This record gives sequence, C-alpha cells and structure tokens, in this order.
Amino acid sequence: MAADRWNAGVIPYAEMGYYQPDYQPKATDILAAFRVTPQPGVPPEEAGAAVAGESSTATWTVVWTDRLTAYEHYQAKCYQVLPAPGRQEHNEYIAYIAYDIDLFEEGSIPNLTSSIIGNVFGFKALKALRLEDLRIPLHYTKTFQGPPHGIVTEREYLDKYGRPLLGATTKPKLGLSARNYGRVVYEALRGGLDFTKDDENINSQPFMRWRDRYLFVTEAVNRATEQTGEIKGHYLNVTAATMEDMYERAEFARDLGSVIVMVDLTVGYTALHSMSKWARANGVLLHLHRAGHSTYTRQKTHGVSFRVIAKWCRLLGVDHIHAGTVVGKLEGDPGTTRGYYDTCRLSRVAADPARGLYFDQDWGSMPGVMPVASGGIHAGQMHQLLHYLGEDVILQFGGGTIGHPMGVAAGATANRVAVEAMIKARNEGRDYLAEGEEILRAAARHCAPLQAALDTWRDISFDYESTDVPDVVATPVR
Amino acid sequence: MRITQGTFSYLPDLTDDEIRAQLQYAIEAGWAVAVEFTDDPHPRNNLWEMWGLPMFDIADAAAGLAEIRACRDACPQHYVRVCAYDASYGRQTTALSFIVHRPPDEPGFRLDRQEASDRRIRYTLSPYAARQPHSRRYQPGG
Amino acid sequence: MTGFAMPAPGREPTPAEPHENDEPDEEQLADDALVDLGAWQKQLAITGPLERLDAELVGIEPVKTRVREIAALLLVDQLRARFGLNASRPTLHMCFTGSPGTGKTTVALRMAEILKGLGYLRRGHLVSVTRDDLVGEYVGHTAPKTKAVLNRALGGVLLIDEAYYLYRADSERDYGPEAIEILLQVMEAQRDDLVVILAGYRDRMDSFFASNPGIASRIAHHIDFPDFTVDELVRIAELMADRENHRFAPEARQALREYLERRMAQPRFANARSVRNALDRMRLRQANRLVAAGELVGKDDLVRLEPADITVSRVFGTGS
Repeated sequence: MAADRWNAGVIPYAEMGYYQPDYQPKATDILAAFRVTPQPGVPPEEAGAAVAGESSTATWTVVWTDRLTAYEHYQAKCYQVLPAPGRQEHNEYIAYIAYDIDLFEEGSIPNLTSSIIGNVFGFKALKALRLEDLRIPLHYTKTFQGPPHGIVTEREYLDKYGRPLLGATTKPKLGLSARNYGRVVYEALRGGLDFTKDDENINSQPFMRWRDRYLFVTEAVNRATEQTGEIKGHYLNVTAATMEDMYERAEFARDLGSVIVMVDLTVGYTALHSMSKWARANGVLLHLHRAGHSTYTRQKTHGVSFRVIAKWCRLLGVDHIHAGTVVGKLEGDPGTTRGYYDTCRLSRVAADPARGLYFDQDWGSMPGVMPVASGGIHAGQMHQLLHYLGEDVILQFGGGTIGHPMGVAAGATANRVAVEAMIKARNEGRDYLAEGEEILRAAARHCAPLQAALDTWRDISFDYESTDVPDVVATPVR
Repeated sequence: MRITQGTFSYLPDLTDDEIRAQLQYAIEAGWAVAVEFTDDPHPRNNLWEMWGLPMFDIADAAAGLAEIRACRDACPQHYVRVCAYDASYGRQTTALSFIVHRPPDEPGFRLDRQEASDRRIRYTLSPYAARQPHSRRYQPGG
Repeated sequence: MTGFAMPAPGREPTPAEPHENDEPDEEQLADDALVDLGAWQKQLAITGPLERLDAELVGIEPVKTRVREIAALLLVDQLRARFGLNASRPTLHMCFTGSPGTGKTTVALRMAEILKGLGYLRRGHLVSVTRDDLVGEYVGHTAPKTKAVLNRALGGVLLIDEAYYLYRADSERDYGPEAIEILLQVMEAQRDDLVVILAGYRDRMDSFFASNPGIASRIAHHIDFPDFTVDELVRIAELMADRENHRFAPEARQALREYLERRMAQPRFANARSVRNALDRMRLRQANRLVAAGELVGKDDLVRLEPADITVSRVFGTGS
C-alpha cells in the first residue's frame, strides 16, 4: 500500500487518506459541514475527500515532500458524506470534514477563513460548494477575545433592560448635508429611539465629509439625551480606505463622546479584529453592518452560509451584527434566521436541522452579540418581530420612522410605544402573537402617532419565496 | 418634562394592577425583585438607593407591591423604580426595570456646552435635582 | 407633498393619560339567578381538597366537619358577593389547637387549597414557621426577619406552630412582641393577600390570646384537634404500613394495640408522629430478626410484621 500511495502521479483524494469514514472527530477538532454538488460522474466521497484535501494539505498530484511531515496529523478528514435531505435531484450531498486544531493560527479569523474557504471553492470537480456550518471547539474559541462588550454589558451601559432596543438608519441613504443629517438624528432620538445609524455607504463623500457629520451628530445626540434623560447613540461609520484612516475616525468619535461606532463587513476580517480590540480598549460599542454578504451567503448551493459569517464575527468580536428580520424586505426564512440569532446570542447552541444548525456549538462564557433586524419593518409588525426574534435584538425602522406622516419624532414614538406595549402584554401572559393587532390598536388609543403608523402601513408585507431555506422543516406538533 | 428611562416609560403610568402583573411575571421567571429610589435621574447614574434588599424567594407579587407603596409614601419627591435580577448563567444581570413613581415636578436637565478648538464642544448634562446641597438630598421623606 | 404634517409644540397630540380600568368587573349575578352549589363547588376545585382530607386523615371527624362547615360558609359568602350582597371580605385567620401529630399541618395545607379555589388566596401555598423563624437575636434583627417570612407567605397561608412562644412574658430582652406587632400590621394591611393560622396546645393558646387581645380579635375560626383514640391509631399504623408494603400478622395486630395503649399513657406522645416512629423501629427489628434467623427469605417474609417486632419495645418494660 505504501508503495502505491507514494508513487508519482495522480491518485484519488479518497485514497490519500482524505476520506476516512471510521474517523472519530476529536473534541479539539474544528468541524465543517459542506454542501457539495459534484460534477456528474464524480463520486460524492471523492468530492468530499477533495474538499478536505484542498482545504488542508493536498494538491492535485502526489508529492514526496509529504513524507517529511506527520501528514496524517495535518490532513483534514472527510468522515461522513450524506445525501442532502430532499435534494436528490440536485445531486447535493453534505460532507462533514474534521480539521485538526494545529492547522490554525490562534486567534486569527483571516487564517481560519483562508484555510477553509481560501482554495477549494473554484475546484473544477465540484459544480457548486457551500460552507454550511462550522463547529468551533471551545479550545479554539478561547484564543479569541470575542465581543468587546456583549449583550449584558451593553444593556448595563445603556441602562435599558427588558425590551428590544430601537434604531433607525437615516434616510435618504445619500445626499443629506451634515447639518440636515443631524436634524434627522435629533428628531428620531428625541422621539423615542435608542439609536440611529449611518448607512453602510455613508463614509466620507463630497456631499458630507465624516468630520462634519460627526460634529453635527454629536450635538443631536446630546440634545436628545437632555430631552429624554436616556443614553442615546448614533452609530458613526468609521469605515475608510485604510486602517490608519479608520483609527483616525474612531478616535475622533470617541473624543466626541460617542457611545458607539460602526464598521462595514467590507473592511475585511483583519480590520474588523483591529477595530474590535480598539473598541474594547476605548469603551466604545462596535456595530457591524454585514455589507456585501448576500453576494455569497444567499444562494443555497454555492457560497458561505451567513451563520458561519456570524460565528467568525462573534469570535473576532463585534457587539452588534445585522442578522435578518424574517418579515422585512430582505431575505430570511424563519427557521434559518432563528439559527442565526441563536448563534449570536446563546452560550450553548444545539444542533437543529430545522434551524440550519449542523453542529452543537459551545461558546463557553464568550458574551453574545446583539443581533440587528433592519430592512422594511414597521410598527404594525411588532408582534411578529417579537415572536420571531425575541427580546435581545435591535429593531431598526429606517423608513418606518422617517416616513411617518406626522414627522420623524412621531415615527420614533410610534415604534417605541408599539414595542413597550407588546412587551407589557407578553409579560402579562397574553397570546401576543394572536392578539398583536388588537394590542397595537389599544395602545394606539393613547398615542396618535402609532395610530397614524398603523393606518399608513397596514397592508405592507414582503412575501417572496425564500432562496435559502433549511433542508428540514419542523412540522408543528399537535 | 418626563424622563423616559425604564422599560414602560412611553406608556401611560402603570396602575397597581399592571405593576402586579409585571412583578408576577418576574417572580415566575425566578427573578429577584428590588425597589430603588433616587432624586438624581442622570442617565449615567445607575446606582439608585436601595429600598431594602432584593426579594428572593417570594411567591406572590403582593410583597413587591407592598414595598413599592411603602417607598412611594416615604419618598414622594423621588423617582422610584422596580428592578428584577436574573441570576442565571449567561445573563447574571437585570432582566426588567421600570419606573413606578415620579416626583410631581420633573425639572429635567441642563445641558452645558464648553466650546473647544476645532468646532468641538464638550457637553455636560446635570440634573436640576443635583443642585441641592448634599444635606437635603438622599433622605427619604425629602 | 401630501400626508406629512408635524404637530407644532403646544399643539401636540394629547399626551397619554392614565386609562380607566378597561376590564369589566366580575359579572354580578342577576337578582333572579339560581346557582347549583354542588356543581359550583366542583368547578372551584374545592371538592378535591375536601375529599383528600377524608381519604388521607383517619378519624378526627369533628375536625373534618369543622372544615366542611368553614368551606360552606366561605362558599356562600362568595355567592353572596356575586349577588352584590356583600361588600367586605370575611376574616379568614384561624387557630388550630391540639397535641402534636394530630393532623394540623395536613389540614392547613388542604385549607390553603380551598381558600385558593374560592379565590381568597392567589397562590395557595403554605409557609410553616415557628418562633425562631420570626424573632431575631439582637436589636434590629427581628423586623427584617419577620418581614422576609411574611413576604414569602404572601398569596398563601402562614402557619405559625406553637405561636404562644412569641410572647415570653418573663424575659426583658425578648423581641417576640416586635414580631407580633409586625404580624398584626400585615394581617390588617394585607388581609387580601395573607391568611394566618396559629397552632399549638389548647391551654397555652388560650393564655396567649388572653395576653394578646389584638391577635385574638383577628382570629375568625377555631378548630380543635382531638387526640386520636387507640382504634384510630391502630388504623393509622395499618395505613402507614400498607403504604410501604408492610402488613401486620394477625397476632401482631393485638400486640400493636397493646403497644399503643401503653405508649399513649407515656409522656411526649405525639399521636400520628409517634406511630410513624414506632413503625420505623418495628421495621428495624424485623430486619434484624430476618438476618439473625439465617433462613431462606421470601417476599411474604419481607412484608409481614410479627409480634416479636413489637413486643421487645421498651414500652413493655423489657429491654430493647
């Protein structure tokens, strides 16, 4: 066998040891679940082994230098290949691959991603490939700092408990001058929202440079705090072309006393991790906008699932991450979205096919990331939002605040009254999902802005078929 | 002025029955209920004075309501709030917090601006209540 | 631009006002309504506790009768309230007198369930304390201690065993009266949330009430728990044994009766509790007998209690 294995030439990956159905994954291994669509004629085990090989030590032909190493230790092992449930006609399989912890640099998300997805996705023998889920052992999790603050510390800092937090992105996305921008922020915050937000593409454009925006926003935030007695914040976007520029902007935001800054996913994992360390060192909350993720997370067959992105971001450490709304204008089916939220918030997440979670994941005592629901939601959906998303979430109503017929502050008040009324009803033991509309109407009797919001957006909903649903759907238990 | 701290501050002031329902929700979740009061509503002041220890091991909201009424009677000029603490793993923090009494007159805050270089401004928020000399503050019944 | 209008300050939409109680009061019955008390009793889940009382406790017929009487009174009071005839809630605090082991705690538990079923108590749980749980050992200790106990009991029943020890007339530095003060305050101020049951020996309870008229006047119902007769104690012993899959051999039954007659005459006899203890000792002796005999042991041997397991008791004047 040894003679055959080391002859020059090409042999199947499965025979090089990359497919080992008897392998028992160790507690210290990083495990990956890939959705593999092999090219016609490629056996699924070979496809799985190829993925294992090309994401660890292999190359397309036998090399003698392998024998200078303890290669069995370093090669990834595909230990199971199963047909994806209900997807036979698409020729899809789920390949489970184990990576030894020694393959990865401690505390480095770029290394983790380069290792696992850096090489294998263009492989010709695969028609399509998607990284569905990753199991990170606690041993590796402990090499990361995790969220700079986390859900508990954020709430204690803001002194806001027991309800979802509320935010809004300033609209229009682009074009406002700095002073007018500050006006929108002031109105929204004084009306009742906890946060307002720069949009992901607001960085420093000719119509409004970052420094001017920061100064006018600071005035708005402080005035709103004075009017309400609550801690208010605006996510100042520090995304920039270089790391040095990002530090400059973040430091200015901190000096102005901002409680929070934001970054876009497009800055890359290295920059994100640097910002995370900076955020902890400077006591500033860090909000992550997942700009651009849908280019690779949305399609069921090819790319990286958002739940993996969420895990990477929790490890390298952000305090907020956008994670979907279910009922809003952007993609997100209830089961999968619940899986993202559990991944962000819980300490121990159980594997659950109906939520798209392939592995048990133990985060130890790493704080949770506050998920953010943003995109086409309005006060009239408050009962559904609370039901699908829970209490530890930030609900962002950009259009739903600024498009309110009675003005921005009224829009903010409508949202705030709606969420407080729904929480109150839930605590009282009412079936708030079934009685939601009635609860909102009752609350609206004491709040004209809420009544106007319900009337304006009564019929709005976004019902398109989801492109990314779990293979398994939980059937309701009678 | 009406400060809007706490979970239900945008709704009409809770009646005693509504407070009872919230307390019962907290008790059934296994959280300890505590009553706190202050005359300094600055948003960064999270250390309000404690009206007794948190009540662990109570079965019925009546105990909490009795303490709230006692605190309201003793401190009519103060803000009074209820906090519920969740000690479970992964949380170990406040789970619910809402105001149950406000002083009859809420003067609010003063925002002071100190202009610095480069168009920056240093802001300071001070509650009017904090202007009283110390001897006339922090005393229940005052 | 249509549809957008921001109210100017001073002309803002009316701020939220505290709203009137939106829920209707519990419906008052029409003057000519007719109610089936038996069915209503069942509906309120009161028949359950009453039946359990009969099943679980042997004898004490006068007690069971008293409990039924009180339950009937409270049921009728509730009905009167629903007809709009009653304005105020009746006084519910009680006093149970009798020797230890006569069923006072069990009856208190059932009473709590009945009161909950009738809607007089929200939770219907029982908190059982003695003087030491209420009274502190130094200045300032008593008030928080008593209040904490009361807070735990709110919504249910507070059973104070040997309540007369709260009042030690001889000692100067006794903090008992402070506890009594607080108890009285809460019994008055939170009568909707708490029912207090005092328990103890009849004669000492009477002297306690004589020295504390404030408490005496708040007790609405007195129930006296008579000591069990020998026959009742034998029955209790058999029930207890049966619950643990033992039975008395026919000759043992006679020995049991004789044992009980003698034990009752001796000091510190605690009725059902003493029977429980005696039964445990009998099981010990049975075990030793079986092991010492060294023969093959079958299922029936394990179940059967022999006279030998009883007659060696000290009570019979022989060593044990």
